[in-house]
Amino acid sequence: MFGKLTIEALPLYSAIAAGGALVTVGGAFIVFVVITWLKAWKYLWTEWLTSVDHKRIGVMYIVLALIMLMRGFVDAIMMRAQQAMALNSNGYLPPEHFDQIFSSHGTIMIFFMAMPFMTGLLNIGVPLQIGTRDVAFPFLNSLSLWLTSAGAGLVMVSLVIGKFSTAGWTGYPPYSGIQSNPGVGVDYWIWALLISGFGSTLSGINFVVTILKRRAPGMTLMRMTPFTWTALCTSVLMTFAFPALTVAAGLLALDRLLGMHFFTNELGGNMMNYANLFWIWGHPEVYILILPAFGVFSEVVSTFSRKRLFGYESLVYATAAIAVLSFTVWLHHFFTMGSSASVNAFFGVTTMIIAVPTGVKVFNWLLTMYRGRITFHPSMLWTVGFVVTFVIGGMTGVLLAMPPADFLMHNTTFLVAHFHNMIIPGVLFGYLAGYMYWFPKAFGFRMNEPWGTAAFWFWIIGFYLAFMPLYVLGFMGMPRRMEQYNDPSWQPWLIAASLGAVLILIGIACLVMQLAVSIRDRRKAADVTGDPYDGRTLEWATSSPPPPYNFAVLPEVRDREPLLDMKERGVVWQRPRAYEDIEIPKNSAAGVVLGGLAFVLGFGMVWHIWWLVIACGLAMWVTLALRASDDESDFVLTAAEVAGIEGARYRSMGNPT
Amino acid sequence: MKSAGGGVKQALIRSHRWAMALGAALLASGCDRAVVLNPKGPIADAERGLLFDAFSVMMLVVVPVIVMAFVFAWRYRASNRNARYAPTWAYSARIDAVVWLVPALIVIAVGVLVWRSTHKLDPYREIASDVPPLDVQVVAQDWKWLFIYPEQGIAVVNQMAIPSGRPISLRITSDTVMNSFYVPALAGQIYAMAGMQTRLQMLADTQGKFVGRNTQYSGGGFSDQYFEVLATSPADFEAWVAKAKQSSDKLDTAGYARLAEKSRRNPIAYYSAVEPRLFDSIIAKYTHAHAPAGR
Repeated sequence: MFGKLTIEALPLYSAIAAGGALVTVGGAFIVFVVITWLKAWKYLWTEWLTSVDHKRIGVMYIVLALIMLMRGFVDAIMMRAQQAMALNSNGYLPPEHFDQIFSSHGTIMIFFMAMPFMTGLLNIGVPLQIGTRDVAFPFLNSLSLWLTSAGAGLVMVSLVIGKFSTAGWTGYPPYSGIQSNPGVGVDYWIWALLISGFGSTLSGINFVVTILKRRAPGMTLMRMTPFTWTALCTSVLMTFAFPALTVAAGLLALDRLLGMHFFTNELGGNMMNYANLFWIWGHPEVYILILPAFGVFSEVVSTFSRKRLFGYESLVYATAAIAVLSFTVWLHHFFTMGSSASVNAFFGVTTMIIAVPTGVKVFNWLLTMYRGRITFHPSMLWTVGFVVTFVIGGMTGVLLAMPPADFLMHNTTFLVAHFHNMIIPGVLFGYLAGYMYWFPKAFGFRMNEPWGTAAFWFWIIGFYLAFMPLYVLGFMGMPRRMEQYNDPSWQPWLIAASLGAVLILIGIACLVMQLAVSIRDRRKAADVTGDPYDGRTLEWATSSPPPPYNFAVLPEVRDREPLLDMKERGVVWQRPRAYEDIEIPKNSAAGVVLGGLAFVLGFGMVWHIWWLVIACGLAMWVTLALRASDDESDFVLTAAEVAGIEGARYRSMGNPT
Repeated sequence: MKSAGGGVKQALIRSHRWAMALGAALLASGCDRAVVLNPKGPIADAERGLLFDAFSVMMLVVVPVIVMAFVFAWRYRASNRNARYAPTWAYSARIDAVVWLVPALIVIAVGVLVWRSTHKLDPYREIASDVPPLDVQVVAQDWKWLFIYPEQGIAVVNQMAIPSGRPISLRITSDTVMNSFYVPALAGQIYAMAGMQTRLQMLADTQGKFVGRNTQYSGGGFSDQYFEVLATSPADFEAWVAKAKQSSDKLDTAGYARLAEKSRRNPIAYYSAVEPRLFDSIIAKYTHAHAPAGR
C-alpha cells in the first residue's frame, strides 16, 4: 500500500535529525496557524497562489528563494560548526548525517535558492523593462513557479520522512547508484531536480519568447536594458542546458528503478557519461545564475552613478559571448578523470577565454562609476563589494582552469572557496542588489537603507572570514566534505571560517530586520511616483506597484534609456488622450494544482507507491486537459476602468489634470 | 614597443616576486603544513610553479580592478562636488580596445603556458630519468588503499614506500565507487574508477613521510581514508620490501575478497605474496568481455 514507506522513515536515528524535522514541521504548522488566524486563505488563494500576473509570480519566487536561503544557510553553519570541532573526534554529527547536509546545502542553494531568486527577478524586471503587459505565456509562468516549489517541497519533506541524498549536489554515480545508495535519499534528489528542472526549462522558453516577441514599439534589440539582455541569454541557456540535466537525472533514475546500467560499474555502464552530461548542464548553469546578476549590477551601477552605462554594446557582445562559450568548457570540472593532455588543454584554454568578456564587463562597470555622482544605496554597495571580491574568485578560477594546477587543487577546499567566491558575490550579491533595487517597484514603498547597509557589511566581511581560510586549507591539502580529520594545523583555519559563518548569520538577521522595519515604516517610505531613484528605464515609468496591465498605453521607445529620454523631452507621465480596453489573463488554479500533484507524484516515485503515481499522473493529465479546453482564459478591463485606475494614480502624484 | 614589453616583463618579475613573498609568508607563519606550497618532488613543484606564474600574470588585471573600484567609489561619491561629472560619457573606442585586448593578450600568454604545461605534466607521461621507474599498482577500496608492487611481489594496505630519487609510475583503479588518489606533496590527483585504469607519475626529491588521501566523497568512511607515503633511501626501501616479504599473510583471491569488503581505519598490513595479475583481474571484474577503457 505504501511502497517502501514505513514508520522507520521518521528521523529518529539522531536527536539532531529529529530536531530538524521538528523545526520544519513546526515552521509549517506556525505558518498554517497564522494564515488561518488572519483568515487570509481566501486572499492568498485568489490574489497570489492562483495568480498568473508576472509581478505576483516574481514575488512568490523570491519568497521561496529567501525561505530556502535560510534552510541552505542552516546546513552551511552546521557544516562549519562540525568541521571547527571535529579534530580527532566525531564532532556532533555522524558521517551519515554530515553527508546529507553537504548534499542538501548545495542542492538547495543552486536549485531552490538561486534559481527561484533569479527567475523571480526576471519576472519582476523583464516585462516592465521591455514595456509589455505580461510574459508571453502567463499560465506557463505560474506552472513553472509551482513545479519549482514542488521540487523544493520534496527536499524539505526529506528532512521529515526518510533521508536526503548523501551523494553531494552533483550526485555522481556509481556512488549514487542503487548498489552504494539503496535508500530513498538519492531518489528525493533526482525527483526534486526532475520536477523543478522541467519548470526551469519552461521558464527559459517563456522568457525567450517574451523578450523576442513582446517588446514595446521602438524597443529594438540594441535598445534593450542590459538586464533584459542578460535575461535573454540566460533564458536561451536554460532552454538548451536543462534538458541535459533532465536526461542525466532521468537515466540515473532508470538505473535505480529498473536496474539499467547507464552509469553503474557493471555491464558496460560508465559514470564518465554521467559526468559529461551533468556538467554540460552544470557549467552553463553557472552562467544561467550569474548573467542576470551581471544585468542587475549594470542597472544599479548606472542608476546610482547617475550616468549612462559605459560601453553598452561591448557589454551586450560580452554577455552573448559568455553565453555561447559557456557550452564549451564543461570538461574543466573533471580534468582529473584522465583525458588526454590535448583534451584537457583545450578545455583549459576555452575556460580562460571566458575570462576575457567577463573582464570586459568588470571594466565597463568601473568606467560607469568613473566621472559619475555615486550614491551608496545598499544595491550600490552590493555592486562595489561584488567587483572587488569577484575578481579574486575569477583569478582563482583561472588558476583552476590550468589542468596541472587543477590536479593539485581539485576536490580540496580551495575549489570550495573558489566557487563560493564566484557565487556569493557574483550571484547572491547581485540578487540581493536586485531585490533591494526593485522592492519599491513591487510593493510601492522603499526599503530601509541602514539595515540593508548593515546586512551588506556583515555579509561581505563574513564572506572573507569564511572563505579565505578555505583557500589556505586547500593549500594544506584538505579535501572537501571531511566529516572529521586528524591534522591539528587545519583547526584554527576551520574555526576562523566558522566565525565567518556567524557573521553571515548576523547579515541574514539584518536582512530579516530590514524587511520587518521596511514593512513597519511602509507609509513613511511610500513612493507615489513609481520612480524612487530618478530612473532611466521603463519599469520606473509606471506606478508602484504597477497595475495588472503594467502600462495603460504601451510606451514608445526612442532611446536605450527610454524614461530618461522622455524626461529630457518633457513628455514623461503625460496623460494619454484616451484609454482602450485591455485583455488580461484570468487567474488559474491549474498551475498550483499541477504543482501539488507533481509533488505527490514525486513523493510516490521516491517511495515506490505506484497507485499514487498513477493516480497523480492521471489527475495531472485531466487538469491539463481542462485547462487546455478553457476558451475563456482572459477577461477585459474596459477603457473606463483603466481610466479610473490611472486617474487615481495621477491624483496621488499631484497631477490631476 | 620594446620598452613597453620590458616594462611588462619587469612588472611580471616584480609581481612574481610578490607572489613568492606571499607564499613564503604563508610558509613562515607556521604553514609548513601548506603541502601544496611546499612540494617534495618535481611534479608537484612544477604544478606549483604554474600556480605562481599564472597568479603573477593575473595580478596585472586584479590589482588595477581592486584599486579602481576603491578609488572611483571614493572620488566620485555624490558629496564630492570637486570631481568631474560626465553623465553622458559612455563610450571610448580606445578604452574599448584596451579592455578587450589586454585581457585577450593575457589569456593568449596563459593559454600558451597551459597548452605546454598540460602536455609536459600529463600524468600519463613517464618521468624522464636514467633510473627505470618503479611500478606500483593502486586499488581504491571502501575505505582504504591497496598498493601492489608487481616487481617485488608484495602488497600493502594504507602505506606506500618509495625510494626517493626514483620515478614512480602508478596504475590506479577502484574496486568500489569513484575515488581520487592524491598525494599533495608529490603530485596532483587523478580519479580511480572501477573497470578502468588511470595513471600518475611521481618522484620524491627528499626522504620523508607524506600523507595521501582520497578526495572524492565515497561514503561514511571517507574521512578516514588516508595513507602514509614513506620516501626512503634505496637501501631502506629494500629493507622495507624485505620486511613485507616476511609477513605471514598472502593476498590470494579469497584473501582479497575479504579485504575488499567495507571497512574503516584499517591498520597498515603487509602481504608477502600476491595472486598473479590481481590488478588486471580487479579491472576485468567490471568489464567482463569488454576491453578495459582508458589509455
